[in-house]
Amino acid sequence: MPFGRRKDLPSHLWTQCPDCGETLFNKQLVRNMNVCPKCEHHFKIGARERIELLTDKGSFEERDADLLSGDPLSFVDSKPYPQRIEAARVRSGAADAVLTGTAAIGGTTVELAVMDFDFIGGSMGSVVGEKITRAAERALASRAPLVIVTASGGARMQEGTLALMQMAKTVAAVARLGDSGIPFISVLTDPTTGGVLASFGSLGDIVLAEPKAYIGFSGARVTDQTIGERLPAGFQRAEFVRDHGFIDQVVPRAQLKERIAFFLAALRPTAGETRWSL
Amino acid sequence: MRDPLATLRDLATLGARSPTDGNGHLPAGDELITDTATLGGARVAAWDAVKIARDLHRPHAVEVIERVFSGFQEMHGDRLFRDDPAIVGGIGLLDGHPVVVVGQQKGSSTEENIQRNFGMPHPEGYRKAIRLYRLAERFHVPLVTLIDTPGAFPGPEAEERGQAEAIAKSIEVMTRLRTPVVAVVLGEGGSGGALALGVADVVLSLQNAIYSVISPEGAAAILWRTGSEAERAARSLRLAGPDLLELRIVDGLIPEPPGGAHTDADRTAANVKAAIAPQLERLARKPIAELLTERYERFRRIGVVVEPAGAVAPPKRSWWKRVLGR
Repeated sequence: MPFGRRKDLPSHLWTQCPDCGETLFNKQLVRNMNVCPKCEHHFKIGARERIELLTDKGSFEERDADLLSGDPLSFVDSKPYPQRIEAARVRSGAADAVLTGTAAIGGTTVELAVMDFDFIGGSMGSVVGEKITRAAERALASRAPLVIVTASGGARMQEGTLALMQMAKTVAAVARLGDSGIPFISVLTDPTTGGVLASFGSLGDIVLAEPKAYIGFSGARVTDQTIGERLPAGFQRAEFVRDHGFIDQVVPRAQLKERIAFFLAALRPTAGETRWSL
Repeated sequence: MRDPLATLRDLATLGARSPTDGNGHLPAGDELITDTATLGGARVAAWDAVKIARDLHRPHAVEVIERVFSGFQEMHGDRLFRDDPAIVGGIGLLDGHPVVVVGQQKGSSTEENIQRNFGMPHPEGYRKAIRLYRLAERFHVPLVTLIDTPGAFPGPEAEERGQAEAIAKSIEVMTRLRTPVVAVVLGEGGSGGALALGVADVVLSLQNAIYSVISPEGAAAILWRTGSEAERAARSLRLAGPDLLELRIVDGLIPEPPGGAHTDADRTAANVKAAIAPQLERLARKPIAELLTERYERFRRIGVVVEPAGAVAPPKRSWWKRVLGR
């Protein structure tokens, strides 16, 4: 860093953009939806902030907030899994890596699930799997569209195969929506990889992503280890994945709400009949 | 490093004399293990299980298919891009009845492993699998899948062709495939790449197979930031057959011959056949709607969550906020 004096600024007031290096005042950054005004770098945001940005004011009613994680494998890596959960809970104020509930987006009532990368890398264990599944089941019961915003490193290793099976559980639940003519919009944010991308994340009727979000099946570190091959730069970004045909649109954060609202208005739940309704 | 196969041989003889084993011997040939108590002392350590499951000479999908199904005809290609040799699929006869079989194929030699990409499918492999699942559904033929992969191939080409989407779609198609499905983990059940063949009405595993959310090496690289902690990671992940049965990830363990599957491919295949045939027969009698509901419920149940009793109702918005529309 060439400008050493910047170090003297109190860090709770400013953030340096990792893309263009611009020093941004936090207040200004928050006003701009946590997007760098200079280079449009989209900073990661938490689930609560995301819900604020996407839903009609005051419309979000959280569900299953008290669902907590167990420790089925008594897993210990550098610290025991329950301690890891507790630390994440204290840090983020959330019970696990997803918030779910009912909300309105542009006047349409939806079932909403928003993942939080800040909680153990947004990993999907039993709680995330259960909450997503319940959200999909509520969507089916109430015939409301389902919107899921992903941010996840994949399945939660500390829950072993139980976490892996959440992929099948959640996919089975969202698949039922498709059979019943209920739209499912998947919004992929930075980063979405592994078991979340390889399950419900990729299966939206509409798949949107934020600019430059890291989106891929295998994280770079896993690939390095397994294949012994470094991935080229610019690889596995939202635009790359769109260009290869797996995302409908890359949508800047500022336009995300209206774009989701557009698709929600265009794709109303059907009763299964094949009649045009204009 | 001690040879894991030697460990297994020891365990086989040890199991026969083990005071914890009431029967006095390993489970007899044909009977499916549905309770780990019957295993007695014959449980191998996690890391040994990993090595046994990956053993080069373990019977792979093709060897099992040849022995279990008569007149097997392999079918190639996903009709979109190319044929993936890491996944084999086709139609064979099980006691005279047609069955669609799809399995991941590892090699038994270095050359074959290179040709088969070490059993790591590309997206086109999963899309071939999907094509064959749909074929089974269309003609009311039951489906058997054989899982044996370190994982889906994580290379750049696979990413470009949508590895995640291919796996997600394969899982999705299986969750509501309108025909009976039995999945068998033969060797290595590597993460999402294995699960793409693993959504079934009945999921079985060979006794010494493993099934894991991530390879022990991968877990070690992420959690301990070094691949050398793989042995510890293997223990923590609870990926061996008996663990899977206890966690109800699999519904039963198919016994292996004493000394391991690689010592007797014929007997291993016979045990696989003895395990799947009655399941297919049972499942074929169920109405499709019931089958799909039960398959949904089978996976719906999996997971451990703590839900404080009586705290289910969500906090309601206060009446004045609703009145004011805020």
